[in-house]
Amino acid sequence: MAIAAFAGNATAVDATPRRRSWVALFLLLPGLLYLVLFFIVPLVSLIITSLESQGLDGSFAYGFVVSNYTDSVSTFATQIWRSFGFALIATVIALLFSYPLAYFIGVTARRWPLLQSFMLILVIAPFFISFLLRTLAWKTILSDNGPVVTALQGLSLMGPQGHITGEPIAVVFGLTYNFIPFMCLPLYTTLERLDLRYLEASSDLYASGWATFRKVTIPLSLPGIVSGTLLTFIPAAGDYVNASQDFLGGTSSTMIGNVIQSNFLVQQNYPAAAALSIVLMFVILVIVSVYVRRSGTEDLL
Amino acid sequence: MRSLPEDPIIRELVAQARASILTRRTILSGAAAGSAALALAACSPLGSTKTLSPAKDHSATVKSLTWANWPLYLDQADDKSYPTLAAFEKQTGLKVKYDIAVEDNDTYYAKVKDQLALGQDIGADTVCLTDWMVSRWITLGYTQKLDHANIPNIKNLSASLKNPDFDPGRNHSVPWQSGFAGLCWNKEKLPGGLKQVSDLWAPELKGKVGALSEMRDTIGLIMLEQGVDISGKAWGDKEFTAAIDELRKHVDDGQIRNIKGNSYADDLKSGDTVAAIVWSGDVEGINADIGSDKFAFALPETGGTLWSDNFLIPIGSKEKANAEKLINYYYEPEVAATVAAYVNYITPVEGAKEAMAKIDKSLVDDQLIFPNEDTLKHAHLFRTLSAAEQNKYNSQFQGVLLGA
Repeated sequence: MAIAAFAGNATAVDATPRRRSWVALFLLLPGLLYLVLFFIVPLVSLIITSLESQGLDGSFAYGFVVSNYTDSVSTFATQIWRSFGFALIATVIALLFSYPLAYFIGVTARRWPLLQSFMLILVIAPFFISFLLRTLAWKTILSDNGPVVTALQGLSLMGPQGHITGEPIAVVFGLTYNFIPFMCLPLYTTLERLDLRYLEASSDLYASGWATFRKVTIPLSLPGIVSGTLLTFIPAAGDYVNASQDFLGGTSSTMIGNVIQSNFLVQQNYPAAAALSIVLMFVILVIVSVYVRRSGTEDLL
Repeated sequence: MRSLPEDPIIRELVAQARASILTRRTILSGAAAGSAALALAACSPLGSTKTLSPAKDHSATVKSLTWANWPLYLDQADDKSYPTLAAFEKQTGLKVKYDIAVEDNDTYYAKVKDQLALGQDIGADTVCLTDWMVSRWITLGYTQKLDHANIPNIKNLSASLKNPDFDPGRNHSVPWQSGFAGLCWNKEKLPGGLKQVSDLWAPELKGKVGALSEMRDTIGLIMLEQGVDISGKAWGDKEFTAAIDELRKHVDDGQIRNIKGNSYADDLKSGDTVAAIVWSGDVEGINADIGSDKFAFALPETGGTLWSDNFLIPIGSKEKANAEKLINYYYEPEVAATVAAYVNYITPVEGAKEAMAKIDKSLVDDQLIFPNEDTLKHAHLFRTLSAAEQNKYNSQFQGVLLGA
């Protein structure tokens, strides 16, 4: 009797998820290998590099030089703050611009599917052209002999020596422009699923339009807002194309991405570049986890 | 390991628990092995002090070579082919891959330095790089010694370039083209022109001035104006820092709009800059692009810099003899003149001036291609920096570029 009971138990134990997980593990293997090879290995290598010491002749040796971090952060503090500032402004502008647009496509235009898909194409279409080309095109449009500056100067809104390219405004503009689709699409996908009966119920209960928007529409579209702002903020903070002097930036609008690029490729100061990359990664990680926790959408990650 | 308890259920549980510990341990040890392998892999290119030996030459059997060079640096026909190179291929039966791989000295070096340190092939059998970078390669033993017997035309090398301090006797490098860094301005916006570097700091040019991201050119010009002899060994940190401070002042107050490499041409064309520190040969190219004679070039009264880009053969190249044939070919005066007529830089080949008379008479007296004594008096070589100086000065200069 007892033996029979144990025998039954033993088979039950056999069938635990752990046994079956070998198959799952096997299926996961390519993904895990990929992660180890292309994330863990480079990350460890980056950390090792960031602690190397540099000789006077430019060679590097293994070490544990924490001052790589303190030195590079204190030298480039302005650029670090500026990067997050620019990214924040660009994210806010992109959100203010994209929300009405996504609302229109996802809610107002629901009755006309053709218009809806047409507008979606308009949002996505710029992706068909290289991001570098589009930014270069903006450089030409915003250049001193271009239409924008000439018009502003004609209206006396800008001095004869005023210019746009190379200034922070051009970089923030470029960031906003380039990341708007990343903001717009997640917003669209949540707003597209918005149940209009909630809005009706809200107005049936005498809520004003603004109150309905604030208490019903925004909370229901919060997952879209969170993923949109993350998709915009994270790459914008590390972007080095818009702020590069070859594109829209100048010496007064350098971002941390440009500093890292210069340290890696021009100065070949690998420890400083690696240290700055790790600082950037860490700060973004902290900002993102605080943000996600406070907005109460942990399930997103 | 302790023996398992009697009770079968507990026995099963303990066994499972042990199994899970084991797997965790395996994973940990796997990770440790992985990072150890990684550390080893990362180790090798660093700190290796062994002397490199040149790769075995296969030129006798492999009839090809790759030449890495800068953009717009070889005569090109309308159909994108390179006439002088095509003639070389026909004459020798060698297949040449012309690779426009050098955007600037530092980025090219960053790309190939790990292979060089291991003595491996970098995918180029000859590369043209600027003096100071060539000096670094020679010091580190990254170049192969040239066999002058294979380059008889080296006798045409201009005397002033025969014994640079980084390569006396030209055993490792041979000049390709030389050029000046000087001032360029938009003749429509600035009919008065520019005479010296400080003319760039005029209030009416605020925000319309460009400078070169090549440290030796931008800083060299400023130092020359401050009365420093940049070729001499007498100057050091004090003089350099004074020039950096001057540059930083004009960057911070917005006088200088941009500091960049070859792409400064776009800023001049679009009107973002009206005056700039540029390389001599490019001005003709910009004028040709816009189809008018809008931009002018001059060496500042206090002097401009003179630099050369030089052929060298990387340590890992297996086609050294082929590359030497190519170098020899470009030292034929007629070929050199054809190239110079297109690229507008100073040719290092004696006799090219006479050959030029047959190609284009108007260029014979062009000071940017065949400078005379008077012009050369105004052009100065930037002295070779030690590795420590190079590091220190470059990071100061890059700091200004990054606005830090």
